[in-house]
Amino acid sequence: MTKRLGRLPSIYLAVVFIILYAPIFYLIYYSFNSAGNMHSFEGFTLDWYREVLQDTRLFIILLNTLVIALLSSAISTVLGVFGALAIKGVKTKRFQNALLTLNNVMIVSPDVIIGASFLVLFAIVGMELGFGSVLISHIAFSVPIVVLMVLPNLEEMSPSLIDAARDLGASRWDVLTRVIIPYISPGIFAGFFMALTYSLDDFVVTFFVTGSGFSTLSVEIYSLARRGISLTINALSTLVFLATLLLVIGYYLISKQRTKPKEVRSVG
Amino acid sequence: MQDRTRTRNIYLIPYMLWIVLFVIAPIVLIFYYSLLNIDGAWSFENYKRFLSPIYLDMTLRSFWYAFLITGFSLLIAYPTAYLLTNTKHKQLWLLLIILPSWINLLLKVYAFIGILALHGPINSFLEAIGIGARQILFTDFSFIFVAVYIFIPYMILPIFNALEELNPSLVAASRDLGASPWVTFRRVIFPLTLSGVKAGCRAVFIPALSLFMITRLIAGNRVITLGTAIEQHFLVTQDWGMGSTIAVFLVIAMGLTMILTETGKKVS
Repeated sequence: MTKRLGRLPSIYLAVVFIILYAPIFYLIYYSFNSAGNMHSFEGFTLDWYREVLQDTRLFIILLNTLVIALLSSAISTVLGVFGALAIKGVKTKRFQNALLTLNNVMIVSPDVIIGASFLVLFAIVGMELGFGSVLISHIAFSVPIVVLMVLPNLEEMSPSLIDAARDLGASRWDVLTRVIIPYISPGIFAGFFMALTYSLDDFVVTFFVTGSGFSTLSVEIYSLARRGISLTINALSTLVFLATLLLVIGYYLISKQRTKPKEVRSVG
Repeated sequence: MQDRTRTRNIYLIPYMLWIVLFVIAPIVLIFYYSLLNIDGAWSFENYKRFLSPIYLDMTLRSFWYAFLITGFSLLIAYPTAYLLTNTKHKQLWLLLIILPSWINLLLKVYAFIGILALHGPINSFLEAIGIGARQILFTDFSFIFVAVYIFIPYMILPIFNALEELNPSLVAASRDLGASPWVTFRRVIFPLTLSGVKAGCRAVFIPALSLFMITRLIAGNRVITLGTAIEQHFLVTQDWGMGSTIAVFLVIAMGLTMILTETGKKVS
């Protein structure tokens, strides 16, 4: 089918690629615009970057975002590994399926629902909105993805490995730390990375549970963007874009041998 | 056997705690709040209000937008995925297609505020070819356009994976037996990749109903989706009861979408 159409397929693909990348490069291009708008390029300037780097408020927000991301992904990785072990350890198929369904409910739930329901939850418990509520929410919505990343590794692990370790006199703790965890480490690593990007990228849930005193980068970008065009957002986007690129490249380089590039982040 | 049961329970405790606190409790709370009126008394008032023409109209529109967004994404994504499977370095191209999905959604949306603005490049182009500049931002068109842009990678990936699983000898056989390319596509390729199409539609349709930042930033207050309405009720008017009621309907819509796009096997 493709042969008869000649060059048309390549042109189609090229157009899709250009459309996918154009907005990103458009943002980056105008981050160097001295005119201060996004439609007529006047001259090259690094002023907007200087403004971003000198903004202490923004710096604190960036630190908040990183602390939340690292803490929440570390904690949710531990919880997620427990979850995967729990699901694997359950003997009845029905209970196992029930656990998996509940796990997946969180993954498919739209962010607005998660955000709104967590807001209600925190209100009922009487918890103040801020760092704590954002951290707990990020842990909560990252756990299921870690479970899903770790579970396939656990499933393909032969039970005789554990039996052999036990026969050779390993304690249950040894079996966990010396046999199981090393074996499932690719899944743990992938889960941690996914949790990290979920947290860094989240806007909706954070927006609901953040209160007024605490902000993350996504929430800040949203409130800036609602006020209209400001080239500091462009400069900030360029930096975020480069950081994302480094993170993704780093991830693929580390996990190249083990996993195929098939992960895509879910939206909503 | 006895002590193995005990180990299993240890893993189960933190995980079950997570499920009860952050999966079950929030759903129950949303349902509970939907039955409270604005004064906090039990009533079906919110449901009556939801079934009034204003809210029904909003819901139908939201569904209509989500249908359009899903349809256009599919129209663009299917040929892209198909052509991608025929390229030489397909994993690399796929990675490049997915890469934009890792970039913060708000930044991509923000780029369109500039691109679609009155003096932006699209309007300059329209002016150059003689159509003339017009208001593009804050219209239904801009909302659908930006949403399709955002969702395309999420539609391409599952279709690409389904096409990869397709046995090429089936296509060859169909051609050998005299089927035209179109018949081969309609009777062999498309039915066999339907699971990917369904997974893609699921990944796009639910977020299209619920993402509120695209409507807020791109469509002003012209387009109100279920997600926008929930955000409005929870964070602006503070009418949590009505917000929860809309959330309940969004959950129902989500459940229906999941059933309709059930593929028989797990797609993560």
